[in-house]
Amino acid sequence: MERNVTLIALFAALIAVLGLVPKIDLVSGVPITAQSLGVMLCGTVLGARRGALAVLLFVFLVALGLPLLAGGRGGLGVFAGPSVGYIIGFPFAAFVAGWVTEQWRSGVGLPAFAGAILGGIVVLYAFGIPGMALVLGKSLPEAMLLAAPFLAGDIIKAGLAGLITSGIAKVRPGVVLSRG
Amino acid sequence: MLTLTSPIETWLHRVPAGVKLAGLALATLVIVPMTNLYWIAVAAGLVTALYLTQGAAFARTGARRLWPLWPVLAVLAVWHVVTGDLMAGVGIALRMLTAIALANLVTMTTRLDDLIAVVERAARPLARIGLSPRTLAVAIALVIRFTPVLLLRAGQLMEAWRARSPRRPGWQVVVPLTLTALDDAERVAEALRARGGL
Repeated sequence: MERNVTLIALFAALIAVLGLVPKIDLVSGVPITAQSLGVMLCGTVLGARRGALAVLLFVFLVALGLPLLAGGRGGLGVFAGPSVGYIIGFPFAAFVAGWVTEQWRSGVGLPAFAGAILGGIVVLYAFGIPGMALVLGKSLPEAMLLAAPFLAGDIIKAGLAGLITSGIAKVRPGVVLSRG
Repeated sequence: MLTLTSPIETWLHRVPAGVKLAGLALATLVIVPMTNLYWIAVAAGLVTALYLTQGAAFARTGARRLWPLWPVLAVLAVWHVVTGDLMAGVGIALRMLTAIALANLVTMTTRLDDLIAVVERAARPLARIGLSPRTLAVAIALVIRFTPVLLLRAGQLMEAWRARSPRRPGWQVVVPLTLTALDDAERVAEALRARGGL
């Protein structure tokens, strides 16, 4: 019980830190926000339930007005902005990422990558694109067009989520809870 | 850690948090479906007036909070210039800014502990499915405490990287950072158990 609560809280903090840390190069020379990488890692490392709860806690604290989103944004205004769908989709994305990693029982890196693609891209975009369409007054195909430029970065992040998760499993086997 | 609450005390700070949240929910429901530019302009005017009654310095801070939206506005502008219906674009942009500004206003005038109190009250029925308000409060406190701790750790990891490499810190630092979060969670859980648990 205590361990679950602290893991959930610490990973919620980790998502915030990955959004606030300024200068990590995800691809050489192109610094992009690692926040959605944090969401993927919550699922692939903590597993579906704990991962989703960690992300839910994070979203909840953003709503309460803590400046935890990338660039120090936060507060209820975020939920009226164009990224509202993505933020609501975050916990679902982590859940699916974790679920895939839990179910696929060969190796760590590949399942985590697949989970991150399915959760962090397919599921997340399924929430994010309608949200963007609603706020920006666009049709769904038009909103898809607006989301397209982020796809390449997110595929890279999914790859990194796989590498990082398998890296952690290598250094500290048994600590990757989605394998528990 | 800093919150987004404005340090400038205004009359809106004294309105109970629950009332402000209910008002915001209601107003957002009205604003979001609006398509008539005239009514959107009226809503935007009302929100601007609400900001101005909080004082000029407060209103300036509020305006600055909208600044990060400029890329979205730029995309909207290009889009609607290309499609030729500029007025529709103005309406959409104004509607979005109005809804965000109103929500920001609640965030700026409500203290974190007041919001947490509302949450605890709202979460009371959840105790029946096993989530006690106390557990939620501990989790919130842990995130608030450990975000700066992990941020510091991330800074140290990146410094260590720079000491060894001419290149900028890469994604590899996320591995030890995540390990830190896992290890700290174990230790904090032990400490909580040692003090009687949750």
